[in-house]
Amino acid sequence: MAPHDIRRPFKRAAISDQQKRRELSLLRQAQNRRDAQQQARCLASSILSLQSAAPESQPEQSDTEIETVPESEQESEAFSKDLDVRQASKLRGPEVRKWFARQLMLPEWMIDVPDRLAQDWYVFARPAGKRCFVVSSNGTTVSRQRNGSILHHFPSALPAGAKIRDGSGSAQSYCILDCIFHELDQTYYVIDMVCWNGYSLYDCTAEFRFYWLNSKLEESGACNAPSHYHKFRFSAVPVYNCDSSGLYSAYTGVGPYAKDGLLFYNKHALYQTGNTPLALVWKDENCSQYVIDTDGKGEIPSQQQVVLELQDDRKLVTSDDPPVLFGCLDGDIIEKSGLHTGNLLRFAIGDGGLSFADGKLEKADLIYLGKSNRARAFADSYSKVLFQFMVRHSPLKIDDLLASINSANDQEKTPSDIEMVG
Amino acid sequence: MGFISAPNPSSPILRSVKEKLEPMEVTQVLLNAQSIDGAVRKNAEESLKHFQEQNLTGFLLLLSGELVSEEKPVETRKLSGLILKNALDAKDQQRKVELVQRWLSLDGNAKSQIKAGLLKTLSSPVSDARSTASQVIAKVAGIELPHKQWPELVGSLLSNVHQLPVHAKQATLETLGYLCEEVSPDVIDQDQVNKILTAVVQGMSASEGNADVRLAATRALYNALGFAQANFSNDMERDYLMRVVCEATLSPEVRIRQAAFECLVSISSTYYEKLAPYIQDIFNITAKAVREDEEPVALQAIEFWSSICDEEIDILEEYGGDFTGDSDIPCFYFIKQAIPALVPMLLETLLKQEEDQDQDEGAWNIAMAGGTCLGLVARTVGDDIVPLVVPFIEENITKQDWRQREAATYAFGSILEGPSPTKLIPLVNVALNFMLSALTKDPNSHVKDTTAWTLGRIFEFLHGSAVDSPIITQANCQQIVVVLLQSMKDTPNVAEKACGALYFLAQGYEEVGPSSPLTPFFQEIVQSLLTVTHREDARESRLRTAAYETLNEVVRCSTDETAPLVLQLVPVIIMELHNTVEGQKLSSDEREKQSELQGLLCGCLQVIIQKLGSSESTKYLFLQYADQIMGLFLSVFACRSATVHEEAMLAIGALAYATGPDFVKYMPEFYRYLEMGLQNFEEYQVCAVTVGVVGDICRALEEKVVPYCDGIMTQLLKNLSSNQLHRSVKPPIFSCFGDIALAVGEYFEKYLMWAMSALQSAAELSTHTTGDDELIEYINTLRNGILEAYSGIFQGFKNSPKTQLLIPYAPHILQFLDGIYMEKDMDDVVMKTAIGVLGDLADTLGSHAASLIQQSVSSKDFLNECLSSEDVMIKESAEWAKLAISRAISV
Repeated sequence: MAPHDIRRPFKRAAISDQQKRRELSLLRQAQNRRDAQQQARCLASSILSLQSAAPESQPEQSDTEIETVPESEQESEAFSKDLDVRQASKLRGPEVRKWFARQLMLPEWMIDVPDRLAQDWYVFARPAGKRCFVVSSNGTTVSRQRNGSILHHFPSALPAGAKIRDGSGSAQSYCILDCIFHELDQTYYVIDMVCWNGYSLYDCTAEFRFYWLNSKLEESGACNAPSHYHKFRFSAVPVYNCDSSGLYSAYTGVGPYAKDGLLFYNKHALYQTGNTPLALVWKDENCSQYVIDTDGKGEIPSQQQVVLELQDDRKLVTSDDPPVLFGCLDGDIIEKSGLHTGNLLRFAIGDGGLSFADGKLEKADLIYLGKSNRARAFADSYSKVLFQFMVRHSPLKIDDLLASINSANDQEKTPSDIEMVG
Repeated sequence: MGFISAPNPSSPILRSVKEKLEPMEVTQVLLNAQSIDGAVRKNAEESLKHFQEQNLTGFLLLLSGELVSEEKPVETRKLSGLILKNALDAKDQQRKVELVQRWLSLDGNAKSQIKAGLLKTLSSPVSDARSTASQVIAKVAGIELPHKQWPELVGSLLSNVHQLPVHAKQATLETLGYLCEEVSPDVIDQDQVNKILTAVVQGMSASEGNADVRLAATRALYNALGFAQANFSNDMERDYLMRVVCEATLSPEVRIRQAAFECLVSISSTYYEKLAPYIQDIFNITAKAVREDEEPVALQAIEFWSSICDEEIDILEEYGGDFTGDSDIPCFYFIKQAIPALVPMLLETLLKQEEDQDQDEGAWNIAMAGGTCLGLVARTVGDDIVPLVVPFIEENITKQDWRQREAATYAFGSILEGPSPTKLIPLVNVALNFMLSALTKDPNSHVKDTTAWTLGRIFEFLHGSAVDSPIITQANCQQIVVVLLQSMKDTPNVAEKACGALYFLAQGYEEVGPSSPLTPFFQEIVQSLLTVTHREDARESRLRTAAYETLNEVVRCSTDETAPLVLQLVPVIIMELHNTVEGQKLSSDEREKQSELQGLLCGCLQVIIQKLGSSESTKYLFLQYADQIMGLFLSVFACRSATVHEEAMLAIGALAYATGPDFVKYMPEFYRYLEMGLQNFEEYQVCAVTVGVVGDICRALEEKVVPYCDGIMTQLLKNLSSNQLHRSVKPPIFSCFGDIALAVGEYFEKYLMWAMSALQSAAELSTHTTGDDELIEYINTLRNGILEAYSGIFQGFKNSPKTQLLIPYAPHILQFLDGIYMEKDMDDVVMKTAIGVLGDLADTLGSHAASLIQQSVSSKDFLNECLSSEDVMIKESAEWAKLAISRAISV
């Protein structure tokens, strides 16, 4: 036998740089292929999500703060469709606020109890605080309020949320979280997850999004105590199945945050921007300090106040899609107060109240008060007006919700015994 | 062999060839075929070729008749046997399969006649005829036994082996040896194995009076050991076999002793777990051989222990440090028990150096084998070896005789891999200064050579971010660099080792952060290495190659601080490469030298491009040279004309990545070389590298690659359907489909049908795996390529109106995913890609594929398995898939 085939005299140099170059090239190519693949996966999904996130039929949501030039509207709408969130984050001024303002899912107020609450819905206690969108990308994290204005600009442990050396942080990576910032413990409570690490969750069911939220947020380290590269703590909220024990826990449970009502999410609903009846908010005095709306001075006005939008033909409508008509404004007032189409106007509901026929609004007794606060981005929704009206006259009580769950358990058809108007 | 290539129909010689060859004439033709007169020889070869074409059966019968006939001259009998052998077997796999089929389809009577002739030849008094016949019989057996033909062969070989005359007995044993080498153990039943072993062992035993018979039997046993599984499990039979082998190691005949030790080496790896009862005796036998026997025998005796080390290293690696692990084979710690005696024995061998062994590339002697074995022992036992070697080093390192100083240094260098840094670092701290001074001052070149090598090993294993207490500090770093640079002016073999040491010195600082201790010396190091490449004697001891390799590593491990210096290197290397393409009219020797140098320079440029291209700031500065570099690469291709240079191709891939979409301007000129590379089946590495570069270009150009896609896709599909292409190129071709599809999007439609059909048949073949580990590994590479293609195609078509074109392929792809999941033999890479494809399919097809996806096993069990994987990449891909599926089924 010749010297052992595989036994190369080991005093000979073991390095073959050519083989090394070949291997390093292959490694680089594999890495580039992975990046290209990853980019395709992320980019595509975020473009898709924006298409569904910018519905054409979105009502005009002009805001006194956001100066909108009507001519450019069409153009910027088309523009925003081809935009992903990282590009959106490069937008400046009003454009960016406008863009972000449209991205939130807005729950309707619960004015009657949905069917199959126990089977198809989640419930959780809404933390008291500012609803906002938290976006992490390019090594920084920005939170924006509902009207698009920036709340904080900070480093976070969210993927792509801070400029730290991290092998896994690719340029494609970014996150969008639906949060409530809770002042007292300076914590962002995440109530929904819209994009995570470059992947869009818009088209995923709430069931999936909450599952994802719970597993990913913890993993990322975003729930850790604040540190140099992680300025605010994030936290998930406990979400329950809306059976009687779940509802009871959400309603009475003591958590780390002050409650502001309960949120109900339909398990099968996708993340839908704008108002949706598949997410609902409900409050009473036990679980919220802010059941009845207050005025600018923080006092409860004697009469219910509503904000409506003035349309072309002097019609006053809600922010719903399609808008609900509340009445018409006298040409007089428009002239005297110098009002324009798209203005948001404040009204009180007079003693005549609201009257309904066949479950639809028939007449509203509106008293004009003036233009609304400049910070307002939207008119009130129909469900909000109605909920506020019910709170003042004949509130939907926690017992009604429990009764609805229990009666469904008793195999009875859900009774429609909840009067909507007093 | 020339005899098997196709005849040239236009050859004028053919016209003079007779249509029929007579037995009387064949002898003359065969003699002519060995004539020293070229024309006569050529004519005879043409005749043989022609006759083979005309009537193969007749031709083979004639040849076997020639071989068996005692009247014929020995040269023609030998040549007949050789032509017969070449008619049965070939190196080329494809050709081999053809020959096997051809033999199996020959007329049965003719084959019987040929085989009878072969067996008869075994008793010929002419030894060359017997030996040739032995080999041909083994080739026939290699074809026929797996097809259950020639069942009587073993029986007839063994029937009268005891009564045979000595020469026939020797030939029969030799035939059995070749037979065992040729056929796999599973085609011979145990009963016949027993008979073969019995005959072989009897032939080996001391009672066999004839040395030739005993040697043939011992060599036959070497080949038959793989058949003896059952016999080695039987205590009595194993004892007997081992006794006979050990006795043969004591034979007075050196060739028998050597063959017997070769058997022991083979037994040590095949039957490691059966060796415990014999290991003490074997140690005594090997120790005696190493000390006293002739070199070929002593080398085998050392090899036995090297082989035991290999086994134990493998077993211990499999334990993975967990000694309760249930490996198939337990570790018997033979080496650990043997070291008190084994290590001194090996240290003695180190003193038996040959003069000038360092200048001879192929040198292999007792000292080298002993050092190699010592290195393996160190890897096997770790710390325990250190106290056994240190006294030897201390005693010899300062001795007058260069042999003692060299042996001591070699011993030190050999044990640097294996023992823990904690154990070694104190020694190294003491020795380092001594070594540095020996490298410059020792009067003996051998000692300097080994010292430089030892320094290289110190840096390789004990220097780097993984080692806690650094052996190189601010205090001695400069001295080390100065000594190594100085040493690079020494004789070529010493200078080459010094380059190697510098290579590992640089490598150890790879992850040092923004500032490297080598920064102050960077300029000087680069200058010295370039000077080495220009030495007159740089081609000796592969010195120039080592210098460029070291330069590459220095560049790879450089930091931002020295990026401007790396940039300055670009025009220097460009100039060097420019000089190589200038020369005209070279001799073939000069051309070979030129090509080698071009390879080194292209390799160096590739490393620089990759380094500077990886950071945005340096990339833009570097790109000013892109036109010049690309022009040179094209000139390099033009010099070689017939073939494309692999190194230049690799460098172009790196350049495409760095330049991005601008690379399009080089495409018109570069394209033909790209195509040439894709067509290069012979140098399959070039083909594979070119396929990879297509991927780089796709990612750089994106949709701008469209004008070149027709040509590329045609060539790739052609390659896939070729039998000649090395199989390792196929997986990258599939991945490349994915790269192209991702780059061109829906434009891929025109290739879709062809690509999908190629993918589908490959997928069907690679769903199930059978075979050895190597084959399973290959199948997994193939699967990965196929899956990457699917990923690229799905993502490429996504959001296009043509998405629905992919719907018909979804069932098959899901079936493929389910299939490979059920096989349970995916590696991690395949798992990651496979689960990603599931996501891509869901992502692109959405609700169109929702119900299909929900029916698949992959979307449940496989996905869950991946979601809970420890591997981050698998988990990430699985999460993507889960998301995409959730979207697809919720819409």
